[in-house]
Amino acid sequence: MRIFVGRRVKPGSSLENTTRAWRGKHPHYKQKDCIGCQRCFLGCPEGCVYQMDKKRFDVNLDYCKGCGICAFECPVEDIDMVLETGCEDQP
Amino acid sequence: MRMIVEGSVAVAEAVGRCRPQVACAYPITPQTHIVEHLAKMVSEGRLKAGFVLAESEFGAASIVLGASAVGARAYTATSSQGLLLMSEVIFNIAGLRLPVVMTCANRAVSAPINIWNDQQDAVSLRDTGWIILFVEDNQEAVDTHIQAFMIAEELMIPVMVCMDGYVLTHTMEPVEMPSQEEVDDFLPPYSPSYYLDPDDPFTMGAMVGPDAYMESRFHLHMDMMEARSTISRVALGFQQKFGRYHGDLVDGYLLDDAEIVLVSMGSLLGTMREAAERLRKDGLKVGILKVRCFRPFPKERVHAALRPGQVVGVVEKDISLGLEGTLCSEIRSAFCGEDSPDISSFIVGLGGRDVTVEDIISIAWDLRSNPACRVEFRGLREDLMKGDEG
Amino acid sequence: MEKERKLINLMEPGHTGCAGCGQAIGARLVLKAAGPRVIVANATGCLEVYTTRYPHSSWEVPWIHSLFENASAVAAGMEVALKAMGRYDNVKIIAQAGDGGTADIGMGCISGMWERGHEVMYVCYDNEGYMNTGYQRSGLTPLGARTTTSPPGAFSWGNLTHKKNMPMIAVAHGVPYVATASVSEPRDLMRKVKKAMEVCGPSYIQILVPCVPGWGIESKLSIHMARLAVETCLFPILEIENGKITRVKRIKPDELKPVTEYLKPQKRFAHLFREGGEEEIKRIQDIADRNLREFNLVSDVDDLSSSQ
Repeated sequence: MRIFVGRRVKPGSSLENTTRAWRGKHPHYKQKDCIGCQRCFLGCPEGCVYQMDKKRFDVNLDYCKGCGICAFECPVEDIDMVLETGCEDQP
Repeated sequence: MRMIVEGSVAVAEAVGRCRPQVACAYPITPQTHIVEHLAKMVSEGRLKAGFVLAESEFGAASIVLGASAVGARAYTATSSQGLLLMSEVIFNIAGLRLPVVMTCANRAVSAPINIWNDQQDAVSLRDTGWIILFVEDNQEAVDTHIQAFMIAEELMIPVMVCMDGYVLTHTMEPVEMPSQEEVDDFLPPYSPSYYLDPDDPFTMGAMVGPDAYMESRFHLHMDMMEARSTISRVALGFQQKFGRYHGDLVDGYLLDDAEIVLVSMGSLLGTMREAAERLRKDGLKVGILKVRCFRPFPKERVHAALRPGQVVGVVEKDISLGLEGTLCSEIRSAFCGEDSPDISSFIVGLGGRDVTVEDIISIAWDLRSNPACRVEFRGLREDLMKGDEG
Repeated sequence: MEKERKLINLMEPGHTGCAGCGQAIGARLVLKAAGPRVIVANATGCLEVYTTRYPHSSWEVPWIHSLFENASAVAAGMEVALKAMGRYDNVKIIAQAGDGGTADIGMGCISGMWERGHEVMYVCYDNEGYMNTGYQRSGLTPLGARTTTSPPGAFSWGNLTHKKNMPMIAVAHGVPYVATASVSEPRDLMRKVKKAMEVCGPSYIQILVPCVPGWGIESKLSIHMARLAVETCLFPILEIENGKITRVKRIKPDELKPVTEYLKPQKRFAHLFREGGEEEIKRIQDIADRNLREFNLVSDVDDLSSSQ
């Protein structure tokens, strides 16, 4: 068997690389007024929003980069962006 | 079976017997007859391969890359400008460790545009990570292609088989063509240990940074070095099976007592053998060293074949402009200091300029009278030494 | 939850794309719709760099990157090989690239692939520039946009050229299924991917994917910008089957917006709002108006109805 480096990279292995340190804010899913439109779920660039049942979503904070798309796109304002401790709000 | 055919047809027939699953090329003189004959074999149902007529050599090389990545035996052929257009993919195929086999019908490169034979094209791609083999005649072209698939697939390194354009590709010669059964018996089907497949997903061609890039190059280099023994073994295995041997990495002729050694690659060797025989009749002890494997470069074998006190002329159809013939530099690299014979570089036959037996004979006599290391163009036209702009 | 996430992503998180990356949204949706029985050939570009930084990969599907300009040829080679080996069974080939890898440097290989009719779904993630190398102009950069190679100045209002019409170039090749899509319409996008996967022969989908740093927008506005591009008629959402437009994303009259609403939040168009920029903005509005007329984009009839 020959030795290769970088020829066969494990699928899905980027999961080992958490990106939580990227963000200054994170979304808080209030799970009150959700209508199940899935805009947060389908629109997340990371794919770290997950669906628990028809009208209940949450975010995996290991990977959330705090882009704010889910909160901005939510038609019923059921997601708040919350400052990380130690972070200041950027204008 | 004995066939009297053009070199291109012989190569296409041999490649067809290797059962490539994908063959793809773009026509360029003097490679065209290979593609045309493959197309004919496909249309006659004699070659069952995915046969793709690409939109460029760049596309052709990329198509065989993709085919090889999903586990297919893949073949392409090109020449000159086509090879240079492919060059980005050529590096990539080797870096991805895909065992593609390619024929290069050696031709000069532009400018000035010139469609005739020299070896500048392939020699310019020596650092790509491809195994580069040069053949001397059409029989060797046939046999080397069959060996090439075996070498490539064992090492997961692509192989380029170089044959001189026109001189070989367009010349009718009798060749012994192995039967399909014989080839099948020698060359097993390609079965890579893994390939791109939804049942076993993985990522190929990831972005590798300073943390691991060097190691990936190191392993390719080490496998290239090891390739020397693989190439020798395959050549011997081929000899056992088919009874024909054209040298493995190098081949010597009349070397034992030689005072003057002429070194070359490709079809020029036939001319040189004849010159050596005639020179010996006239009392000049001339030997010939054929370099069959240009990459990996068989340094030890070259070192063992030549010795101090000999006068060596490397006669080649390419030039590293601003230095000397490239093969000459490689031959020099086999020696260090005092153990070295005197090595001179002779540039001949560029852009299809004829090289005769007499030309080789005169090089040998000149080396006899003046052994000093030098770089010389031979066969230049006196009337163009002052240019052509009046 | 681990298991659940595995099921929903064929392009996993942990990639190093910018926060709010439109292309990441697009690529994730494409794979989500396409499913696991695919092999992907990816061109060089942001997507390749941020999803496959060794030793990690975000891809759960077999995936290969070769070069910038040859994703289509590599994909074609895979398709031919699988068919020749009798393994073209329950598998589809996807080629994907950015707009530069598609409309500029990749054009030759794409043309060859289409002309030969390979069964490859080609996805162009159109973020309107060479974003991976630091926001240079591409053949799909729109008129007036500032990029690092089309900087506005005393003698320039930014990019001087119009977006190359890739969908029509595909149609001219006889590509049986051609569509444009936007990350602001994820269900439409996924429907188109599914449809393209069923096509016998080549298919082409061009997806508008806003680039946060390249366009100079807030990360949260990624999808919103794609939506505004649609609602201003600057990026028509079309479906073209066998050369005929079969579906158009209609904009309701009260949702139609002037192009300034799209241009204003983007730093790449900020120079147009200085003195003298009105004429440039008018030229951009003209593009939108022309699209509106040509594709009958504004109507009270619901979204995605047949156009004729």
